Amino acid sequence: MPLRPVATADGDIDMKLWPPIAATVFALCVWQAIVTLTGVQKFILPSPALVAETWWLNRWVIAEHTLITLNEILIGLVIGISLGVVTALTLASSKTARTLLAPMLVFTQALPVFALAPILTLWLGYGLWSKAAMAVLITYFPVTSAFFDGLMRTPPGYLDLAKTMQASPHRVLWHVRVPAALPNLGAGVRLAAVYAPIGAVIGEWVGSSKGLGYLMLLANGRAKTDLMFAAMLTLGGLSVLLYVLVGKLTRRLGDRET
Amino acid sequence: MTQAPGITLKGQASIDGRPLFAPLSLSLDAGRWTCLLGGSGVGKTTVLRLMAELPTGAKFDGEILATDKTPVTERIAYMAQDDLLLPWATVEKNIALGARLRGQNADAARLDQLLDRCGLRDHVGKKPSELSGGQRQRVALARTLMEDKPIILLDEPFSALDEKTRAAMHDLAADLLKGRTVLVVTHDPGEAARLGHAIYVMTADGLTSVAPPTAAVPRAVDAQDTITCRSDLLRLLMETST
Repeated sequence: MPLRPVATADGDIDMKLWPPIAATVFALCVWQAIVTLTGVQKFILPSPALVAETWWLNRWVIAEHTLITLNEILIGLVIGISLGVVTALTLASSKTARTLLAPMLVFTQALPVFALAPILTLWLGYGLWSKAAMAVLITYFPVTSAFFDGLMRTPPGYLDLAKTMQASPHRVLWHVRVPAALPNLGAGVRLAAVYAPIGAVIGEWVGSSKGLGYLMLLANGRAKTDLMFAAMLTLGGLSVLLYVLVGKLTRRLGDRET
Repeated sequence: MTQAPGITLKGQASIDGRPLFAPLSLSLDAGRWTCLLGGSGVGKTTVLRLMAELPTGAKFDGEILATDKTPVTERIAYMAQDDLLLPWATVEKNIALGARLRGQNADAARLDQLLDRCGLRDHVGKKPSELSGGQRQRVALARTLMEDKPIILLDEPFSALDEKTRAAMHDLAADLLKGRTVLVVTHDPGEAARLGHAIYVMTADGLTSVAPPTAAVPRAVDAQDTITCRSDLLRLLMETST
């Protein structure tokens, strides 16, 4: 991937509340101090107070665009994760599939996903689907890769035991390899939750008339930097929320019974 | 369970052209416990895995035959040092794993009986992480018995347990596996002295047969014969490993 995750793959981030709040307050103070002390123009760097005010005044517009982007992200996530799971299962259960598909997968990952955005817009139009497709493309590989990796690393003792029990390969896959790989799938899905908003916003930047990415470009073009910051911070908040929610959901995967 | 056959393994094994064990012939008597004792790396686990047709990484040149001339692999149940319990499944589901992996219905009456005999009645719905080491190994033993196979291959099954729990497991296993052809691979001379109807010490040169005590299996831990046999085995192991 050309991108680095902004959070660890296993998602073990300290979720105690006060440290992030304290850090945020500190960052806001530094930001406000820079603006006050340097007297920088507000279209270069608006103060946090101004951004907050703009955010409040434009809250309904921002909310509308947020819903659009959230929709693209969720559709992208669902499709990307589903395709990733199916691919990983196919690769894990068939050597032929591994030989044929693995080089192709690596090649597609060598292409920067961003380069595909204009083509997707050309093919799928300016609406929802070109953005969802970007989110699919960007989430598909981490899910496939993490889950496939887990499926191929089943503890060998389990496989020995299954063999002495005369188990059929597809039953071993379903009852042993898949449940043993669920924590890996969880890690992949958490990464996907971090990537999906990036995909959707890039899609919006290339061509759209709605969404937070569009709002950011629009505000930037009109030198409304405060509105751009407001949209950006909303996007950041949305991503964090998504990550935390997906983290809570996937934490249960390791515990599942089949 | 069908009639337990005797099994003979004859041959030699090598890894990348280097011999792992010399030509040897190991016979397991029908319905008896055979203990294969040896230090690390002499290939005793390989012998067991060859019988189970599990991957060994070694090239085996020889044959494995049952006294009734029918194939061995479909008639074995296997238990290892690691209990190999699936952490996400309950005790009950772990015991009935074999049936699930073959797409069959588990024999409920048999499962019920095994829960009592292995003292697992109170733990049916628990996950392996909620059990002690001894309890986990009892679940593994119940799972092995659930398969109801005439040939049982045990690869250092009790070596991760403390002495007291191990001795209790010996008694339980000897009782539950009665009448089956059992191969135990172990590095514990005490285990061999208590359980073996036949005892072999394996070295790079081959097998040495050691006469077991005459008492019935499982032998008392404090019986003089058991203690003497254990000491003799330990001495033999120490002499051959230098």
